[in-house]
Amino acid sequence: MPAMTMIEAIRDAHAIAMERDDTVVVFGEDVEAGIVGVAVGMAAYGLRPCVEIQFADYVYPAYDQIVSEAARLRHRSAGDFTAPLTIRMPTGGGIFGGQTHSQSPEALFTHVAGLKTVVVSNPYDAKGLLLAAIEDDDPVIFLEPKRVYNGPFDGHHDRPIVPWSQHPLGEVPAGHYTIPLGQARVHRSGDDLTVLTYGTLVHVAQAAADESGIDAEIIDLRTLVPLDVDTIVASVRRTGRCLVVHEATLTSGFGAELSATVQERAFHHLEAPVTRVCGWDTPYPHAHEWSYFPGPDRVARAMREVMSA
Amino acid sequence: MDNPVGPALQLRIPEPARGHRPADPVPYISAAGEMRKPDLDEKVERIALMRKQLVRVLDDEGHAVGPWAPALDADQLRQGLRDMMTVRSFDARLLRAHRQGKISFYMQCLGEEAIACAQRRALRADDMHFPTYRQQGLLIAGGHPIVTMMNQVLSNEHDPLKGRQLPVMYSSKEHGFFSISGNLATQYVQAVGWAMASALRGDTRIASAWIGEGASAESDFHAALVFASTYQAPVILNIVNNQWAISTPEDFARGASATFADRGYGFSIPALRVDGNDYLAVYAASQWAAERARSNLGPTLLEWVTLRVGAHSTSDDPSVYRPDDEADRFPLGDPIERLRRHLTVIGAWDDERQAALQTEVDALIADAFAEADSHGSVKSGHTSSPATMFDDVYATLPRHLVEQRDRMEG
Repeated sequence: MPAMTMIEAIRDAHAIAMERDDTVVVFGEDVEAGIVGVAVGMAAYGLRPCVEIQFADYVYPAYDQIVSEAARLRHRSAGDFTAPLTIRMPTGGGIFGGQTHSQSPEALFTHVAGLKTVVVSNPYDAKGLLLAAIEDDDPVIFLEPKRVYNGPFDGHHDRPIVPWSQHPLGEVPAGHYTIPLGQARVHRSGDDLTVLTYGTLVHVAQAAADESGIDAEIIDLRTLVPLDVDTIVASVRRTGRCLVVHEATLTSGFGAELSATVQERAFHHLEAPVTRVCGWDTPYPHAHEWSYFPGPDRVARAMREVMSA
Repeated sequence: MDNPVGPALQLRIPEPARGHRPADPVPYISAAGEMRKPDLDEKVERIALMRKQLVRVLDDEGHAVGPWAPALDADQLRQGLRDMMTVRSFDARLLRAHRQGKISFYMQCLGEEAIACAQRRALRADDMHFPTYRQQGLLIAGGHPIVTMMNQVLSNEHDPLKGRQLPVMYSSKEHGFFSISGNLATQYVQAVGWAMASALRGDTRIASAWIGEGASAESDFHAALVFASTYQAPVILNIVNNQWAISTPEDFARGASATFADRGYGFSIPALRVDGNDYLAVYAASQWAAERARSNLGPTLLEWVTLRVGAHSTSDDPSVYRPDDEADRFPLGDPIERLRRHLTVIGAWDDERQAALQTEVDALIADAFAEADSHGSVKSGHTSSPATMFDDVYATLPRHLVEQRDRMEG
């Protein structure tokens, strides 16, 4: 199986999708409202556009076209018109991008009825999930944490980069395969506590578990909407403890949804309060990036708190 | 000036160019037949001044004059009159239904009927329009079942949109009518995308984008022109200038431009300003723009000068911001009266036939409304099942919506 970076895996998925289906069109780059508006029109025609937003931080001019148009077109026309498009965007920080190249706006999409939201963490998933997103009949927001394009970044920014070629999830099969939207992946099995996370923070949580000696079960959610509630609930019922980790700002972040879901469905199995480790509720800073980023030390500290509660 | 670095900066606060209660004449009115008709592929700079003039065919006596006069026979002209009268009767009946408390909301297109009706007839049935809320003429001239439109307005059990949309927010792919959003201007750039898709697929269908003059100040309008110009998309870009953006006079959105057709110039998109109350001019200009699109000559921008004779919607009271006699003083008259005069002048019409058609159209509308009304309305509680709100959010019902639907149904 060839080793690929996440960039190569995404490019491969594009090529395969376009080869298999000549209604797939790919375009993008930095005139976001126009790109998404045009894509909605193309999708209404019957194409399957897969468009790129330069950075997730720049999606806001297109937000009306995503929320009011793509997300609601099927519903408001009672299925007369649909918008099967995929909107890709690099997300998250860790590259000294400052406040305009670092944001994680996934909760702005998970809050919208009619959208599906995917956040990938590795090349294997990126290819299979992108193909599934393009083939899906509904609009899919496809978030690519830019810090893991070239390797499984674990938050230790002062250490050499580990390339995907040295990681099992960098092994990407040739040809077509899909990973169904709505299925989480158990990234690391464990008995002490359940970590619910996605994107770059999957690898950070793994480092935190390895370095703290806490036997965490790390669940990579992969798709936030629809959410794989069964995998989450089964794990929390078994471990009795739950830590939610994401890079996006804390307040009203997707972690709040996860926390509520866990207490609604596994309350009597909980030994400790569900705890969140997230980005601070500030704009993403440039010079103070590593004080903002929820790195392995912060995650490990939270794990110890959950274990001792 | 005491300040050595120059005067204090001042902001221009817009004032209505035609007065606070405008009934002053519309600027730049050419005479019927005065404008030349350019070749389809004429260079944009050679027709640049047409954006500050007015394409007109019907003169004050009802004669069709000049090179823009379209080749329409008497049957087609009578069909156009019938389309417009049907729309007007449809609007009148539904406004009455609103006063009767049977519907929650309505928007009429009184005075603007020619634009949608004539363009629908000038284009092909399988072209796709991306309309606003005032193009019901597209559906009626396109032969869409009137009862079905009324069912939508009533939000009753037979509403094809299952009570999800405000009245008049129709959708019909079959009749080339894109789902109306209600968010202004979003459809404009989507129309360009649809047209680009059609060209990418080697199709022959074109798109027609619709917007009001006020909403042409929205950013999506400008995004649409960028893509239409860059990719030379096969699209017609209509701006219906009905003089009023709700209660704001048309020149507020226009800014320092002389006309809305000016907006095409910066994108090198050929732009015409057309008498929107002249059925023949609307037909001819639409046909010209459609032929350009079909010949891979790119987009055309058409500003239709007309007047919104009625209120913006049933939630609006125009008496507080416009004079009662504005329609009487509007220089372009009434589209139905003008086509009727033309038919009379060419000997294809008379008062007796007019009266008979009015009776026929009113009866058609009355019968349609009686049938739609028999299916109830949102006001009488005869709607689709509430559980249907969970359908069509996604292609297949996801688990969380199944759970929520079950919870709602208790």
